[in-house]
Amino acid sequence: MTLIDLANPTRFLALTARVLPWLAAATIILLTIGLYQAALAPDDYQQGATVKIMFIHVPNAWLSMFVWGVMSIASLGTLVWRHPLADVAAKAAAPIGAAFTFLALLTGSLWGRPMWGTYWEWDARLTSVLILFLMYLGLMALWRAVDDPSRAARAAAVLTLVGAINLPIIKFSVDWWNTLHQPASVIRMGGSALDKSFLIPLLVMAVAFTLLFVTLHLAAMRNEILRRRVRSLQMMQASRMAFSSDMAAGSREDNASKEAGAA
Amino acid sequence: MTALAALIRRDIRIALRVGGGALIGVLFFLTVVVLMPFAVGPDLALLSRLGPAILWLGALLASLLTLDRLFMADHEDGSLDLITMSRTPLELACAAKALAHWLAAGLPLIVATPVLGLLLNLDMIATAAVALTLLAGTPALTFTGMIGAALAVTLHRGGLLMAVLVLPLSIPVLIFGVAASQAVIVGPMTFGAPFSILCALSLVSLVIGPFAAAASLRHGLD
Repeated sequence: MTLIDLANPTRFLALTARVLPWLAAATIILLTIGLYQAALAPDDYQQGATVKIMFIHVPNAWLSMFVWGVMSIASLGTLVWRHPLADVAAKAAAPIGAAFTFLALLTGSLWGRPMWGTYWEWDARLTSVLILFLMYLGLMALWRAVDDPSRAARAAAVLTLVGAINLPIIKFSVDWWNTLHQPASVIRMGGSALDKSFLIPLLVMAVAFTLLFVTLHLAAMRNEILRRRVRSLQMMQASRMAFSSDMAAGSREDNASKEAGAA
Repeated sequence: MTALAALIRRDIRIALRVGGGALIGVLFFLTVVVLMPFAVGPDLALLSRLGPAILWLGALLASLLTLDRLFMADHEDGSLDLITMSRTPLELACAAKALAHWLAAGLPLIVATPVLGLLLNLDMIATAAVALTLLAGTPALTFTGMIGAALAVTLHRGGLLMAVLVLPLSIPVLIFGVAASQAVIVGPMTFGAPFSILCALSLVSLVIGPFAAAASLRHGLD
């Protein structure tokens, strides 16, 4: 089974129908384990219980960038390989990514209130993630503004690839500008700075959220394919109805059929 | 080369003549800046502190306003199809069009800056700093905005959608443009660091803008 085999939407639907229940189950199990471990994790000596926001915040923030990465690859698929499912993947991912980004911003500001004393700070990391959120919304607006999906797909693909420039800026903003947001502590040179009691639940949560994204993404892609089928069926039906009424009118009166055709 | 020069000359001439709308951008810039004292109150000390930000916001909005016409007019009269089919690479043609647009619509904004600086109670050095940052930063606005203009023309949607797509991309330019001007007026920071990042942003958008715009024109027009 290669990527090209999945180009057939029917085969894709059949495969995902088999995979989705397992993915959903794995997501639920891992989320339960992760949340349980996060609840059991010790309080931080400085931050107290608020440190537990991190177990939600960090996976959301990771995924906000990961989803744009997925969309960028899908956009390459649209522009370069013309893979028929690539634009479906890109379109389905955008609202999910926007949701993850919003949750990352929301949990971050809830954590920032007791810790930094402010809900919002115009710090480099926060600002660049906010830009990412705005770009998700702009992309969704672009998808909705055009009724022809393939036309919208190519425009959205160009915009997605341009927006991908923002990803390294977000990742390295905390290293380039020494600001309020703490620098990278999980993945960095010389090993993680986190204690094991925090690191393991965090990694479990990260995997669980990634699985959650894959599950939601595949389900959204299925919905999008079905939505397009419904749309083309409706258009076929509409044209058939127009055609048959055209024929009926044409048998009765020639002039009326011309008018109907013009209308 | 002559084709590109001809394209630049033609675009500038169209933009400056009746119906071109390049100078409307300057008028819009003036209006936005004049509106600000009504919003924040005519406190001269406050205005001189907010001055660079007001000038930058005005320039950003004014350049966004005129970007709409970058491809739309050519698309309407069919010359965009000729440009797309010509032997000159589309990327170069896009770059030439953006350059012409910047010369016709961006430079007048910078020329108008000293006058507007007077209205905002900016001193000589601050005005010069803002004008210099605008000179370095507005090419980035034009070249990233061109991507939005190209998307808008292929989708037959302009205006609001283009603003939504382009404005997030212009945030870094705004940040460093204002930071560099503020560094001269108040800040403990040096002028050099944000100004060089601003120049880098312009250079990067100079490279990416034409390619992205050409890609979206190529894939989008039919």
